[in-house]
Amino acid sequence: MATPAKSPTPQKKTNGKAGNGTWVGKRMKRKEDPRMIRGISHYTDDLKLAGMVHCAFTRSPHAHAEIKAIRTDAAKALPGVIAVYTSADTTGLGPVPCAIQMPDLKVPRHPVLAEGRVRYVGEPVAVVVAEDLYIARDAAELVEVDYEPLPAVTDLEKALGKDSPLVHEQLKSNQAFTHQLKNGDVEAGFKKADRIVKQRMMNQRLAPIAMEPRAVVAEYLPGENRLTVWSSTQIPHLLKTQISLLVGLPETAVRVIAPEVGGGFGSKLNVYGEEGVVPWLAMKTGRPVKWNEGRRENFMATIHGRDALNDVELALKKDGTILGMRARVLADMGAYHQLLTPLIPQLTALMHAGCYKIPAIQIDIIGVFTNKMSTDAYRGAGRPEATFNVERIMELGAREMGMDPAEFRRKNFPLPKEFPYTTVTGLTYDSAKYQESLAKALKLSGYDSLRRRQKEGWKRGKYYGVGVSTYVEICAIGPSAATPAGGWESGTVRIEPTGKVTVLTGASPHGQGEETTFAQLVADQLGIDPQDVNVVHGDTLAVPYGIGTFGSRATAVGGTAIYMATQKLKSKLATLAAHLLGSKPADISIGRGQLTAKSGKRIPFGEVVLAAYTARNIPVGFEPGLEATHFFEPSNFTFPFGCHVCSVEVDIETGEIKIEKYVAVDDCGNVINPLLVAGQIQGGIAQGLGQALWEEVVYNDDGQLVTGTLMDYAIPKAHLLPEFTLDHTVTPSPVNPMGVKGVGEAGTIASTPCIVNAVCDALSPFGVRHIEMPLKPERVWNAIRTAKAIPAIAASAEAPRKREAVRRRA
Amino acid sequence: MIPANFNYESPSTLNEALNLLSAHDDAKVLAGGHSLLPAMKLRLAQPAMLVDLGRISGLSYIREAADKIAIGAMTTHAEVAGSKDLLDSSPLLALAAAQIGDTQVRNRGTLGGSLAQAHPAADYPAAVLALDAEIVAHSHSGERVIPATKFFNGMFSTALRNDEIITEVRVPKTRGEGVTYKKFHHPASGYAVVGVAVRVKKSGNKIESAAVGITGVSEIAYRASAMESKLRGKPIGAFADAAEHAADGIDVIGDVYASAEYRRHLVTVITRRALEAAAK
Repeated sequence: MATPAKSPTPQKKTNGKAGNGTWVGKRMKRKEDPRMIRGISHYTDDLKLAGMVHCAFTRSPHAHAEIKAIRTDAAKALPGVIAVYTSADTTGLGPVPCAIQMPDLKVPRHPVLAEGRVRYVGEPVAVVVAEDLYIARDAAELVEVDYEPLPAVTDLEKALGKDSPLVHEQLKSNQAFTHQLKNGDVEAGFKKADRIVKQRMMNQRLAPIAMEPRAVVAEYLPGENRLTVWSSTQIPHLLKTQISLLVGLPETAVRVIAPEVGGGFGSKLNVYGEEGVVPWLAMKTGRPVKWNEGRRENFMATIHGRDALNDVELALKKDGTILGMRARVLADMGAYHQLLTPLIPQLTALMHAGCYKIPAIQIDIIGVFTNKMSTDAYRGAGRPEATFNVERIMELGAREMGMDPAEFRRKNFPLPKEFPYTTVTGLTYDSAKYQESLAKALKLSGYDSLRRRQKEGWKRGKYYGVGVSTYVEICAIGPSAATPAGGWESGTVRIEPTGKVTVLTGASPHGQGEETTFAQLVADQLGIDPQDVNVVHGDTLAVPYGIGTFGSRATAVGGTAIYMATQKLKSKLATLAAHLLGSKPADISIGRGQLTAKSGKRIPFGEVVLAAYTARNIPVGFEPGLEATHFFEPSNFTFPFGCHVCSVEVDIETGEIKIEKYVAVDDCGNVINPLLVAGQIQGGIAQGLGQALWEEVVYNDDGQLVTGTLMDYAIPKAHLLPEFTLDHTVTPSPVNPMGVKGVGEAGTIASTPCIVNAVCDALSPFGVRHIEMPLKPERVWNAIRTAKAIPAIAASAEAPRKREAVRRRA
Repeated sequence: MIPANFNYESPSTLNEALNLLSAHDDAKVLAGGHSLLPAMKLRLAQPAMLVDLGRISGLSYIREAADKIAIGAMTTHAEVAGSKDLLDSSPLLALAAAQIGDTQVRNRGTLGGSLAQAHPAADYPAAVLALDAEIVAHSHSGERVIPATKFFNGMFSTALRNDEIITEVRVPKTRGEGVTYKKFHHPASGYAVVGVAVRVKKSGNKIESAAVGITGVSEIAYRASAMESKLRGKPIGAFADAAEHAADGIDVIGDVYASAEYRRHLVTVITRRALEAAAK
């Protein structure tokens, strides 16, 4: 017999603007955490299927080489090896898809296994299937490949030179595309400028390093013609469609499941060759096949992020007003396009106006092929590059004008009443109060006293710097017209006969915590307990088609779809309750586990639900059951914003940087769960500091990957980070009914220029303008020692030695 | 990250372990495994056999031995770092141990294992050099005491013979002396970009003698002897000039994180700061 859902405990109202305030706006611990902390949840690599075998890839040790011959005999002869395949066997499989269409975009064929030529270190050449993982790895080393090495190119500017080796000979050049965004009279703006500030900045290549590397398990049942693929992915539905195209099965025969996914950061917003090969192997061998990349493969063959050379110019009037902006961006595609590779730098162009009033802009982007792994979306995806360019050139502009960098920014903000604000790049910013977040961050950081201490420190040979970064980003991606594969999201809400609620979301959370936030928002709407709401995701057979989790879209688009589906159910519940209570649907309110008529008559939530299923006493024309689906198409992106301020001290002898204080004031619209928002901001800042201070994928001139392990590539670690002071302002978005914006990438976008601004600010007495990321101690030391100015240091006990140190350096 | 095939033996006595080493040329000794296992997972090391010392009792201890402290080779970094005996009477080794890797590494990695590995950027080598420690090795021909200054031959290369196992390290008591270990960490590996171990004896306001071991800077940890002689008799605090000689005559290494030029500069700064801290 069905039992009604228990009544929830009434909660104190907090920030209830996105809902009723019962559960929305509440700091709730994640429902996901207990199973993850206890290690009893299941990632792809945890799957063990009967008869399952393993595969391993033989990968190119060369950045560029002709494949003269491949001999697989030795590998095949190893006991336990089932099969070895090369591109000669996989002609019907693939190619690896690129979803981007642009007028002059060159899309070279991207085979799943190298065909005659390898173009980056780590490119798969052969695949081995064996009874266990150890045999598979041993056999992969026994595949003999005769390579004839060719000259490689890794430098962006060299790649565009006449004499450069060509990554794809048939294309006659390494230029993948050009893209120009131009609006306003740029030439006039620069002509009448009193000052022009220019800076070249390299946004270095990064490795996403999700905790869980990529993993795929595939099983094919020929009788049922059913291919099931478990993959550590952010986009199970899009992957299902692509796998059906890759392996040539009807889409109805393919099911993709994303089990627990140990992080993605954009690197799993993709369709990889291996995601075609592993299912194909399962079909070919008749055995379930598992592939789990190791960390070394993850460094070599999972997409990288960023890697763009930027020349930025800002035209300024005497009073600090911006007259125009220009940028030329050389964006490294790597050797092939992955799913979204050429799209990423276009986001840089779109967001290049930052949060400022800019009358004219010209952004020229050239996509460049090099002998490296593909770049693609990595937390922020094009927006961190834009924000870095803008916030660095604003910093240099303020310095050039002799203005305080915070004041200079404020002067160029649009006013709150100007929103929705149309930018010179053609976007419509939904809502913002840039002045408010800036003021709050300055106050929290004690900005004025930091400035006083800085000046006083310089006299004592202490180099403190203050960094400001005011940012805006583009989230809730996005309207379908502006996205390659649809920008909507699906949500299904089903109230089960017992009153428990199942939510199906097409968004595919992989660490963001939507099992909790979506439960909160549904519970809040239905007046029940979030523990009674179970959020299901990541299984294409269970969940209606959806797009996925990326671009800080899951809550604003996927959450809204669920919200809208919930409204349909509320209306149905009200109709039924009115019938049962002898009232009118419009007079029914829902909350606290019951439905109440204006007359004061009430009925428990569970009784109404049960009545919808038993269907013996329902109004005429009432459709039994309680399930609703909504596909939400957003009318616009959302534009979260905020201000980060940090203070640093630079050790001028060693070049070491100490972050003393880090303040972040972010505005992501209405907040569903402040605890999870804080988590996203914290993690984002950590990742942004990683780029600013430590992380850098280095290929040498021969295209060898120098930073191929975690012993060489420095990711942020807890003990390296300062404590962050977090606060927020709340400016609801008018784009969706909950007024939410998105928060997944904000920290990564804002923090990187904040740190670089602070360090360059600390070293301004030396005349240091810019230091390339990561700000390794050696780079900082070099910037000081090659700087033109020698700061005046007042007499103090330490001064003689410091002055001597400075003299020697100069 | 899957190692190649290997055989595994876990003897319960030192004698059995020595037998295995004598019988198998291509065997490697496994202590804490924090250098060897990562190398094997990258297939940079492919030993045919591992001889695990983990089940041999009596190789993990810290005890007084006359004017020295004796430390068993299988003592973990965490045990060295937290040893009251060491912190009371010979803290330098403990100070170095406390800065090795992270908590997990310190809980597994061992003193003997690290010394036998002779990683050019490991922390212990600087400390045992500055301390003039003794490294005790056993083989079927008996016990051999190797002075630290004669132990390191080069990158991953020591005076240890293939049939020998380190069993103990002896460090002098340094009561009344100033010691410190200053380290500039690599942000990824945690190894020393520069690591400087200092031991100074003061006489009034002057340096009577100084011993300085430096790691991370060259293919092999070294004693900065040229600088040590310049420090003799110098007033406390006047270290800057002497520290300029911290890498005199040394072939300084460079890598993608820190060039040779930068390391050569950095070692003078870290050495000066270490001397100042030790002499305080």
